[in-house]
Amino acid sequence: MKNIVIIGGGPSGLEASAQLHKMGYNVILVEKSPVLGGHLAKWDRLFPQGIPAKEVLEKMVSQINGVKYFVEANVQSINLLDKSYNVILDNGITVLADAVLFTTGFDLFKAQKKEEYGYGIYERVITNADLENWFRTKEDNRVVKDPKRIGFVHCVGSRDEKAGNRYCSKVCCATAVKQACEIKQEFPDAQVYCFYMDLRMFGRGFEDMYLSAQKDYGVRFIRGRVSEVAENIDKELVVKAEDTLSGKPVKVTLDLLVLMSGMQNCPDAVKVAAQIGVAGREIDGFFETKDSIYSLQNSTKPGVFFAGACTGPKTLPDSLHEARAAALAIHNYLTEKK
Amino acid sequence: MGKFGFTLNPSSRIDLDKVDRDKFNRLAEIEPDVLKCMACGSCTASCTAGKFVKTSMRSAILSLQNGKEQEALDFLKGCLLCGKCTMVCPRAINTRHLIMSILKIY
Repeated sequence: MKNIVIIGGGPSGLEASAQLHKMGYNVILVEKSPVLGGHLAKWDRLFPQGIPAKEVLEKMVSQINGVKYFVEANVQSINLLDKSYNVILDNGITVLADAVLFTTGFDLFKAQKKEEYGYGIYERVITNADLENWFRTKEDNRVVKDPKRIGFVHCVGSRDEKAGNRYCSKVCCATAVKQACEIKQEFPDAQVYCFYMDLRMFGRGFEDMYLSAQKDYGVRFIRGRVSEVAENIDKELVVKAEDTLSGKPVKVTLDLLVLMSGMQNCPDAVKVAAQIGVAGREIDGFFETKDSIYSLQNSTKPGVFFAGACTGPKTLPDSLHEARAAALAIHNYLTEKK
Repeated sequence: MGKFGFTLNPSSRIDLDKVDRDKFNRLAEIEPDVLKCMACGSCTASCTAGKFVKTSMRSAILSLQNGKEQEALDFLKGCLLCGKCTMVCPRAINTRHLIMSILKIY
């Protein structure tokens, strides 16, 4: 029986494991954190329809029945032996893998790097991930009781040469619109502002979500990137931007500011991949695929595959498609290799 | 002849046919960054002078692209060359240098 090591137990890793297991392969799934699910496990609801993340994750986990998986496990070393990869985990397990799949996902951009937005400095500045956590737990002192003015800053650490990330993180626009509606549900009296450069409502149902944010929730969309944030004596946030549509500088005082942190390739994954000569693309740091259209699941090395956000920002459905495609790509590779 | 109360106003429409492309290309040659602006408005938002008088790097670039040269210069008249816009630009445009280049050509 052929062994396949899958690195990363988020949505892509779970879906690929389930598919390959059904095909009859011996799957070993490795997850560094104590629980499966990746970022999905920390999310509350999913755009565009607001389906609970928990529901989706439970479905995925139920599909991997019979797959061997290790949590709190890291790949300590990986190297090519003849035609298979020798994978050694830090829990003492060694696997001779016929194929290796990276489903290592993304890291959120560290918002404190954009110092001018005051994350970690001002009390009432949080990130998209913090807000999801608050939606789930209602525990976060930074979210004041009954805020009346709430702002969302798009493109934090995305489309930003100064942050080293020139690319668009793709999902933050839809996330901001979703969260803007959800926070209005929590605080119906609040005025919500979204500061954006371009709204990228590319997916099915996204434009409707945007329309609903305007029509049903009265969210005010301001076309201008926030240049700086200051805190006043009452711990309120004074946000400065340009309303580029009227061509005038705009200032607004807020009770809560949410920064839409973008995606970056995961540094742990980059270290592991480097051991077998698999690298990130220089321009954005995400893993280099064999080509950019036809073979997105293949790496530049035989037997090494990718699925999900490790090759660039992706929505959850995109990642699941890639996981299934990767399962097929691995199956084809192993069949031809025989 | 009685007066009908009509006067002629110059058109305020942006006429791309009348843009001096050569001049703009000369600017782009010495200052390629001028092509990189994505009109986010960070420069205008952080502008020290802009709080008091109409000053906007973003608008100046747009005006030049639209062939409104005087308008562009008016947007830069209040500039103190403090460089805050250079610090906030997400496309890493050297705005201060760009302003000097605009003044050389226009």
